[in-house]
Amino acid sequence: MNSRKITTQISKAADSLNLKKWDYGASLSNDYSVQVDKGEAKQLKASQKQILTLRVWNESNLVGITTTSDLSESGIKKALNQANIASDFGNKNESTEFSPLSKDPINVKDVKKRYPAGIKKLLTLLREAEVKLLDSHESIKSVPYNGLSESFYERVYANSDGAFRSYSKSQAALYLYARAEEKEKKPRSSGSVKLGYGVDDIDIESCIKDASNKTVSHLNYSSIKTNKYLICFSPDSFLTIINAFSSMFNARSILDGVSLSNKNSIGEQLSTEALNIYDDGLHEKNISSSPFDGEGTPTKRLCIINKGKIENFIHSESTARIFKTIPTGHAGLGSKVSVSPDWIVVEKSKENYDLKTSLDHSTYEGEFVYIEELNAIHAGVRASQGSFSLPFDGWLYKNGEKISIESATVAGDIKYLLKNIVNIESNEEVTTSGISPHIWVDELSITGDA
Amino acid sequence: MLSSKIKSNKIEFGSCNKDLLEEIIFYGMGLGADFVEIFLENNDNAGVLAEEDHITSVSPSFGRGAGIRIFKDKRDGFVSTNELSKHGLMRALSQAIEMLDITDKNNREVFNGLNEHKDYTLSKKTWIDEVPSIHEISEKLLVSTNSLKKNNKIITRKGSYSRNLQEVIIASSDGTYASDIRLHQTVGLNVIASDAQYRSNGSRRFGSSGMPNEFRYWDHEKAANDVIESSMNMLYADYVEAGQMPVVLANKFGGVIFHEACGHLLETTQIERGTTPFHNKLNEKIAHESVTAIDEGISEGSFGSLSVDDEGMEPEKSVLIKEGILKKFISDRAGELRTGHKRTGSGRRQNYSFAAASRMRNTYIAKGEYSKEDLINSISDGLYCKSMGGGSVGATGQFNFAVEEGYLIKNGKLTSPVKGATLIGEAKEVMPKISMCGNDLELAPGFCGSISGSVNVTVGQPHIKVDSITVGGR
Repeated sequence: MNSRKITTQISKAADSLNLKKWDYGASLSNDYSVQVDKGEAKQLKASQKQILTLRVWNESNLVGITTTSDLSESGIKKALNQANIASDFGNKNESTEFSPLSKDPINVKDVKKRYPAGIKKLLTLLREAEVKLLDSHESIKSVPYNGLSESFYERVYANSDGAFRSYSKSQAALYLYARAEEKEKKPRSSGSVKLGYGVDDIDIESCIKDASNKTVSHLNYSSIKTNKYLICFSPDSFLTIINAFSSMFNARSILDGVSLSNKNSIGEQLSTEALNIYDDGLHEKNISSSPFDGEGTPTKRLCIINKGKIENFIHSESTARIFKTIPTGHAGLGSKVSVSPDWIVVEKSKENYDLKTSLDHSTYEGEFVYIEELNAIHAGVRASQGSFSLPFDGWLYKNGEKISIESATVAGDIKYLLKNIVNIESNEEVTTSGISPHIWVDELSITGDA
Repeated sequence: MLSSKIKSNKIEFGSCNKDLLEEIIFYGMGLGADFVEIFLENNDNAGVLAEEDHITSVSPSFGRGAGIRIFKDKRDGFVSTNELSKHGLMRALSQAIEMLDITDKNNREVFNGLNEHKDYTLSKKTWIDEVPSIHEISEKLLVSTNSLKKNNKIITRKGSYSRNLQEVIIASSDGTYASDIRLHQTVGLNVIASDAQYRSNGSRRFGSSGMPNEFRYWDHEKAANDVIESSMNMLYADYVEAGQMPVVLANKFGGVIFHEACGHLLETTQIERGTTPFHNKLNEKIAHESVTAIDEGISEGSFGSLSVDDEGMEPEKSVLIKEGILKKFISDRAGELRTGHKRTGSGRRQNYSFAAASRMRNTYIAKGEYSKEDLINSISDGLYCKSMGGGSVGATGQFNFAVEEGYLIKNGKLTSPVKGATLIGEAKEVMPKISMCGNDLELAPGFCGSISGSVNVTVGQPHIKVDSITVGGR
């Protein structure tokens, strides 16, 4: 069913139920994926999914919601009915309205869509990639986690006030996670993920090379002594930390009392003046970009941290109204509307500040810990307290030698971390979750086995 | 005979679908599949959130879909769809056949029609009418969040409820034909306590499987008191000092470490991938002789219990480790096919959009002979982990778990609370160090995310002592 037809059906069903005010978001998708095991196809998957989330306002202007995968005429009618019943329990203390920007122009011309490559091509490419990765180093014995997928989807937002917007898009992903083994040593694993608009846009060779280099580079491992260390965060790991503590910039979290910030935190100096952070969902490198959010608000670039100070919070329609500002394009669509960042871009501000520019991960000869990737974010981050204790993959650089760290955690406090940034390298790197340069932080606790 | 004389072109839950299902399976086998499985689902869910003294979210959802899987040799193709008409299901099956590129039309197996319908729904059809209404849930959640007001340092109070009612039909070319209704309910309380620069969190979650009235009996006062006590104990706690030390892990949710660090390594999916160090250790010692570990799906009302798994097999009680010796792996259909380990009724999936995989159900370490005090008294300098947070296990078996509520043990006594602790280790090395098991086994509900999505599970153990483990801190 196409999005215009869904809108017409909802409109008709709402009229028949005498429901005057409604909106909806829908996602219609076709996904294909393959996995291989030592040259053989293991599991091949395909799915057709349709999800519709409907909101209904009752006569008291309270909102109810229902989500369904049943887009038949009866399913839509049932969903409207359920949402109407749920509206009796709508939040009387915080009203929800249509986004005032839900009819503002959006640019869908730049949304990229490729044609399906098909399961057979996915399988051939993944088989070849597995073979190349296994052949890349004698210690790589298997690629236990691997997959190549492509997805084609349409997202829609419409409301009873005449707003209608949709876009169609494609996305492909390749992940290769290798396992290396050497005699008398523990097995080591690492991997790489690459995204593209279509399978042909994915740099498969670079994914193989990254997975191989990372895995092999962890073979020479050792435990690390528990202590405080100078830390260099890779772009990926720094973005992971910023995303994990994004409640600091999230108006919903502030209103819910689970953020380290409060309504008056705009202007608070969090970090060195050399640090700028933006949320830029429409960035050309963001494969998953969406031109509008769950409430139909256009996505845009927003400065969150300017010269180390909080410049803006991210908002939904209702939080923006409470904060007396405008929605920023970061809303979901729910009974209680969630707010979340899109794509974080970390930059070094243009002015010269007091940074230790000699700290460069590729040339620095002193002792430091390089954090390549942080793990177990769901378990090790206490966003409402500001603390974290996270396992990581990384290396200890010492006396010109690079030794993989066997098993360790890095622990600290996000405000301490931001305040103790001692260098922001000049070169930014694009990752799957945003853009950032390498970031150096002084004195964080590392717990190892030794 | 259940076979209907009126042929339907659409799946109807609660009705006989045998003819249609047989027609689809025959079609798949005729195209050369060795095995065809159809999983059909109809779900009806609800969630309610209370914050402070208000209901801030009521979120019902419903839907239906099908997951069709075929095997050819050891390969499998899986297609999911929301289209439950004959045409939609045939199209999905054809797609699965096409994906596997089956050219050999000779089957290894023959389809002789579906067996007699195993209907596990008979006593469960009234559940949907018996579960509490949104109004009743809202009232009780508001009473619960009100109970959290007892301490003025509690600055954020939340109560949440969720209900998942899932009706399933499973049919496959080995004759399996079963229907079931599953009901899972959870309720939880969360607080944040604050005083000047100090902050702490507290949370408790409860869950049940079946038992539509269970929420009505939930002791919200006790839950509120527990949450408040936990958050207040941790509010002024110092950070733990990192190091190697003996630890005592509390019962109930303390079992999450066994689940994550060892249980997953005993699933046949891990053998298939070559990522478990235990793949060739059957009947060998992998743990201390004090450890006996069980995975089962039969305890009445437990969150991971099932009448029938998602591949149509009744769950069994599997003794995974007996007195330190590895006795069994957790297996599903693909696991049996690819590793030779017999199915254990553990083929599970979040919903129709996932292919089933070998997954844990109610997994726990059996009780031992010691009291909690015996364990603590045996330690001169260590850590007591009263409440565990989440954690992760790496691809090579290393695990990391956050300790939500911890206390130092000094000279056999519990002393000051400590925060920021993380337990770091590797199952292969830690299992032999579980030297004492308490006599106070208790279970706790949880959600486990893995290859076939998020499934309801129970973790559990008595109090246990680990002789030495790395504790991360500051």
